[in-house]
Formats: sequence, structure tokens, C-alpha cells
Amino acid sequence: MAFIIEFESVRFRYPESDHDSLCDISIGFEPGSFNAILGHNGSGKSTLAKQMNGILLPTEGRVLVSGMDTANEDHLLEIRQTVGMVFQNPDNQIVSNVVEEDVAFAPENLGIPSEEIRERVDNALKQVGMYEYRMHAPHLLSGGQKQRVAIAGVLAMQPKVIVLDEPTAMLDPVGRQEVISTIHRLCREKNITVILITHHMDECIDADRLVVMSNGKIVLDGKPIEVFRNVERMEQEGLDVPETMRVLFDLNLAGEELPPDVLQMKCCAEYIAASLRKREQEAWQK
Amino acid sequence: MLKDVTLGQYFPGDTVVHRLDPRTKLILVVLYIIALFNTRGWVSNGLILVLTLVCMRVANIRLKNIFKGLKPMLFIIVLTALLNLFYTRGTPIREGWIITWEGMDRAVKMILRITLLITGTFLLTYTTSPMALTDGLEHLLNPLKKLKVPVHALTLMMSMALRFIPTLIEETDKIMSAQRARGADFETGNLIQRAKALLPILVPLFVSAFRRADELAVAMESRCYHGGEGRTRMNELHYTGIDYIALLLGAALTAGIIVMKHFGV
Repeated sequence: MAFIIEFESVRFRYPESDHDSLCDISIGFEPGSFNAILGHNGSGKSTLAKQMNGILLPTEGRVLVSGMDTANEDHLLEIRQTVGMVFQNPDNQIVSNVVEEDVAFAPENLGIPSEEIRERVDNALKQVGMYEYRMHAPHLLSGGQKQRVAIAGVLAMQPKVIVLDEPTAMLDPVGRQEVISTIHRLCREKNITVILITHHMDECIDADRLVVMSNGKIVLDGKPIEVFRNVERMEQEGLDVPETMRVLFDLNLAGEELPPDVLQMKCCAEYIAASLRKREQEAWQK
Repeated sequence: MLKDVTLGQYFPGDTVVHRLDPRTKLILVVLYIIALFNTRGWVSNGLILVLTLVCMRVANIRLKNIFKGLKPMLFIIVLTALLNLFYTRGTPIREGWIITWEGMDRAVKMILRITLLITGTFLLTYTTSPMALTDGLEHLLNPLKKLKVPVHALTLMMSMALRFIPTLIEETDKIMSAQRARGADFETGNLIQRAKALLPILVPLFVSAFRRADELAVAMESRCYHGGEGRTRMNELHYTGIDYIALLLGAALTAGIIVMKHFGV
């Protein structure tokens, strides 16, 4: 399958910096998939995100969006329309004092006729469940609501990909849940490719693919369960793994023989209980 | 305490005043200001006062909000009133007093004039979304584009400034609380000491404003912003019947006030 976003040996260094923020990244994202990129601060994950719609251009190598090179000025608008981007601070990406006018900003920039803008704005707001708030002032909304407005603002461009750069970092648990479930739904129902950049391990569990970054390199890449299996490696990178896998890993280290990759809490408890019962039986038999 | 500042805030609503074309409202405010500065007697002043109150009623703006906005201007209003009160020649209220009947008359009219001036502009910003406002301004200033004036850039800057007023006020509040928690004192001391105490607020505020501006620029670019060329609008501006009526009324009123000035009422 052709990749919707493809990095070809991308190296990137910020001007006035003495080290590469991205070193030799080659990766492709499949259309319609839900991808999570995990890494702690300074791992290069935000820099990677900014390469995806031509805000930053590779120092070496190239980035292709639907086959278009981001370095080509002529395609810039089309690329940005294909790859919508949502940022960490909802306050700094909302441009208007009225929700629906903010959502209309992108289609207005694209020169779309006004009746169609109206339609797109209403649709986008309905998709994120903020339609009733269309006449509200954004600064009076909660963090999660603001971030959903920001997502609607991107949806109004009708993008194929949405890149979210730590969209939940400034939100409370309720707001985080709102945002994460919204993007999961968009990926499932609208077939939009999602690239979620985060440092919360629990937001990655339901992804189709998890990429772990460190020092500008991709260190682990695969299904979340396969990635989390590398408990020691994750720990080296200063990252959490799901509690269930952590417990099972520690028990196995102590000599138990339990399956290493279970994500459901209940399932994990059953395995441990079964193992305990078995041991009890063995003790009785002796 | 800073949350009270209502400058440039928009209260969404669905009244006749809200529905007027922003261009109409801008022209009306200009006419209103011209009329206000041409009032002389009590009749014309009273007329404008009543008109303003009616507009507020129609626009569903409560007096409370206007007073809130007036608060920062209180000093200027009081100062002008006092100056007029003491420095106007005429017949003293009582033998030997400096205060004259003419001074009283002028002071009251001055208070009324400044208050109405501010109220009029508040009526505009309270009932017009910043986007619509700048849109209207851009349309009205369009002829200047021929003189290579960057009208779109200027109006966009204005709308961004209005958009970020509440955000920056919130931020100032946070910084002040943080400084207060570490023992800063903003309330005591003379004017110079207090001004100095504000410096540790301004520096972080500026730093964060620049960072915000940077992030905003990236976010706008990500949403395909590329200048004013080829932009369309969701709510295209068009004049309706009410706009023509309002403009006619406004023009008639201003003309009336100017005529009244010549009769001294």
C-alpha cells in the first residue's frame, strides 16, 4: 500500500544548533491508520511532526505527502490541506472570538465559496460534538472543548491526515479523554490517518502502530503490544509501559512463566490467579 | 481584578444591532462621534443620551457591562470635569467662589460627552465580532489598497489583538498571583513605586506574548493562511434594508445635531 506520508532518510538540524534533531529518519505511514509517536521531551517527536506539513524542511533527505515533496513551494497549500495539524496549546491556535468563525478560518484561506464553508463548518463542529457551542467565545470553553474546536478547525479543510502534537499535554483527565476518543472516532468513521504525538503511554495502547523516538532516532516501531514487550528498553528511554505488562515482566524475571503481553487488567489478574492456584495444588500434592 | 476589563470584548447575541452589517455600524459610530462633538445645548445632548440608551436596550447590553468598561477611564473623566469646573469663567455660584454656573454646566456636559463617546464605541465592539469588525474595516478601507497600503495585514493585526486581549489578561492575572505568592506588593507605595512593581509582570508577559505570537503564526500557516489574496469569507458582507434605514437615520441625526448647534440648543 502506498504511504500517505513518507520520510526518506531525513536529517534535520535547527539553525544555530550543534546537533541533529532528526538523524536519518525513514518511515512511512499507511492511509487510514492510527499511529502514535511516543518519546520524552527533546526526543525530536515535535520536530518530526513539523516536517509533515512543510513548516520545517529537511536538511537532508525528503518528506513526501501523497507523493508531493514538502520542499516544493508549489505544493505547499495542497500539502497543508492534506495534513492538518493540531498543537499543544489550544489558546495559541484559535484565531477568532467566535467558535464557528475560527473553524471557518482554514476554508476561508483556501478560497472556498461561502455556502460550502458554512456546510463544512457545521459538519466539522458536529463531528467533534461542538455544534451547540458554535456561537460561543473560545476563551470561555474548557481545555478539552477548545482542543476539539481546534480539531474541527482542521477538519474543515477535509484533510486526509491529522497530526496532533501533544494535544492533551495541557488538559485535565476529562479533557484528555474527550480529545482522544474524538480522534479515535474520526480515524474509524472518516478513515482519516491519525498521527498522535504524545508522552502519555496510555494514549498509545489503542493505536495501530507505535513508534518510539529518542535523540532524533526511531528506537522501537511496531504494534503497541510488541513495543511494550521491550520493558527494559522502554525503561532505558525513561518511558512507562502499561502496568499489566510491567507486573508480568517483573514476575517472569522472578522465575514465573506467564505470558508477557497482556493489556487487559482482568485478563492479567486471571493469569496470575491461575498460576497461584497451580502452585497451591503442587504444594498440596507434596 | 483584571478580569473586569471588558475592553474590546464581544457578547454574542441575535438582536437587530448584532445583525447590522459591520460596515454600517462602523459608519454609524463615526457619525455618532461627529454628532457628539457637535452638541451644544441640553436638547442635543439629551437626544444623544436617549438614543444611546435605546440602542443599548435594543442590543440587549446591560448598563453593568458599560460601567465596567468605563472604570479604567474614570480618572480622565473626573479630571476633565474638575478642570472644567474650576477653570471656566462666568458668574460664581456664590459670592467669592471659583466655581461658576457656566463651569458646572460645562463639567456635566463634559462627563456626558466622554461617557457617551466610550459607550458608543463599546456598543460597536460588544455587538460585533472582531472578525466581522475587521472584515468591515477592510472593506471600508479597500480604496486605500490602490495606494499600496497593506489593508489586509493591518486589519488582521487588529483582529488578532482583539482576540488575544482576554487571553493576555488571564495571563497577567496568573503572573501577578505568582509574583504575589512570592511576596510582591502591587498595592502600596506611591505612583513610581507601584509602576516599578509592575516591571516584573511586564517582562514575563512580553516573553510569553512573543512565544504565543510565534505559535500562532505556525498554527495559522498550518491552516493554509497565505495572506489576503484569494481569501473568501463564510459570512459575506451585504447590506440589507435595515442597514439602509439605520444609515439614513444616522445621517439625519448628525445633520440635525449640526443644525441644532447653530441655534444653540
